[in-house]
Amino acid sequence: MHFLEGLAPELVVFVLAGLVCIVGALGVVLNANPVHAALSLVATLFGVAVLFLAQEANFLAAVQIIVYAGAIVVLFLFVLMLLGIDRAEDLSVDALGGGQRLAACILGVGILALPLLAFASTGGEATGARPPATAANAITKTTPDIAQLGESLFTTYLFAFEVTSVLLVIAVVGAVVLARKVKRADYVEDPLTSPPSEVPT
Amino acid sequence: MFALDPLFSGTFDGAVFLIVLAKVVIAFALLLVSVLFMIWFERKLHADMSNRLGPNRAGPFGILQTLADGIKFFFKEDLLPDRADKRIFILAPFLSLVPAFLVFSVIPLGGVFTAEKQGIVTVFGRETYVQLADPPIGVLLILACSSIAVYGVMLAGWSSGSKYPLLGSVRATAQMVSYEAALGLSVIAVVMLAGSLSTHDMVMVQAGEGFGGILPRWNLIATGVVPFVIFVIAGTAELNRPPFDLVEAEQELVGGFHTEYSSIRFALFFLAEFMNTVTMSAIIVTLFLGGPAGPTFFGPALMWGPIWFASKLFLFLFMFVWLRATLPRFRYDQLMDLGWKVLIPISLGWMLLLASLNVAGDAGWNTFVVAGAAVLIGLVAYLMLAGAIATSARRREQAELEGSIR
Repeated sequence: MHFLEGLAPELVVFVLAGLVCIVGALGVVLNANPVHAALSLVATLFGVAVLFLAQEANFLAAVQIIVYAGAIVVLFLFVLMLLGIDRAEDLSVDALGGGQRLAACILGVGILALPLLAFASTGGEATGARPPATAANAITKTTPDIAQLGESLFTTYLFAFEVTSVLLVIAVVGAVVLARKVKRADYVEDPLTSPPSEVPT
Repeated sequence: MFALDPLFSGTFDGAVFLIVLAKVVIAFALLLVSVLFMIWFERKLHADMSNRLGPNRAGPFGILQTLADGIKFFFKEDLLPDRADKRIFILAPFLSLVPAFLVFSVIPLGGVFTAEKQGIVTVFGRETYVQLADPPIGVLLILACSSIAVYGVMLAGWSSGSKYPLLGSVRATAQMVSYEAALGLSVIAVVMLAGSLSTHDMVMVQAGEGFGGILPRWNLIATGVVPFVIFVIAGTAELNRPPFDLVEAEQELVGGFHTEYSSIRFALFFLAEFMNTVTMSAIIVTLFLGGPAGPTFFGPALMWGPIWFASKLFLFLFMFVWLRATLPRFRYDQLMDLGWKVLIPISLGWMLLLASLNVAGDAGWNTFVVAGAAVLIGLVAYLMLAGAIATSARRREQAELEGSIR
């Protein structure tokens, strides 16, 4: 197309996706309604997925949508709805106290400084630059990225992969233990949930 | 095995742009027409099965009934509930509709799938596939869209600001998230066979003759039927169609998540629901029944791809209507039990069996020994699972008994 010449498509994609990310991130922080904030988070996740696609990390983009947007934020929303805390909060009543405001500002500036430092140290080459291609990390058109990802997961990073899976199993077992109803002789029932006849007078 | 659409291998110029545009329009129109047909077909067939007449006023055999309904929807008053979250209430129908459209873009609709043609057709001197897009992550895109479709249902129920829609949407979300797991696990079997995630490659793998020259080389047979059955059950649940339509159980929830919706906004949900039925059938056909691949008899070979695709698709559309007309609705606990305690363990076990057979084939091990060992491990896992389920059922019974004595 003639009108597209001279305009790097990668730059256009990067700017648009980056804009979506930033607007979504701001929405997460600034929205008083938790459901709106969660939806803004979805927008950010989509922006990141598009950025992954632009770097030809197709599999990561798909997993980003399926796992984060499709499962994790859905669970967030699910909990918000079930607990009924989905109404906007009045922050002026329950203001942040003590040094919390100051601590948040310092932490925020610190986190922002990290990528800026990284950006400066590479001389402005923060996006689009790939590490020099070697035989091990070469992204080739002939093998799909999912095959390369799978191979490095099950060879080079096997230990980290297995340890992560063990961590997830521990989390599941922990959740089950926490959710379990314990029946013991010395177990004192919560007077709020047990029938009124059992409440000691 | 890793072939991208040849349309984009050359330079991107005006002709390529026009071809892509034409494909978008054709895919869009085709999906809309098939949805119009599906709505009429469902009403007519369901009427036949329950000994009624069904739509018979607008046009011959009532075939224009859907069009008449659509026009009526447009002219009805659009209500916005007082307690609704306005922005999200308006957004939700589109969140349902867009993923339903997107899935259809990766479905191969035609082409000649022989070793030399590879499903490539030539349009205006350009080589391309008969599908709108063939991303290298085709199957994952389908799963991603089905996971995004949850949002439409969920937000519609929540933003209505009313009890019944909220209950309906909470049910729907739990159901769709649970069955997505079974859906994904049964797809893995197909992906392992094809060695690729692209839908075009999937059809390519299933083309040609297999198994004695009589049976087709479909994944349905090659993966041993079990993933297909699980996929169809989980897909039906994912569509919220009967017998899994607790989401809009009329007796309990009025109309489910879309109770407060009216006019064109409701029509969008309705459209998305039927569109999802058509695309889910198309996905089943592509993944398990070889899509548009099939033998050619007379006339141009190109003609047979769409014919095979349409006839296979029709089979599943019929099946979905049939299920709705005959099966009673599941109870909620039965639905969750089926998803988590039956479908997910079976698909996991089957996946492990297929994977071990795959590795055995590559390494040249004795297939029977490997299969025997896999079955033995599966049996042990099954006994452990059955023990766990029985224990928890006994505990629950005991707790209920104690509760009733009190």
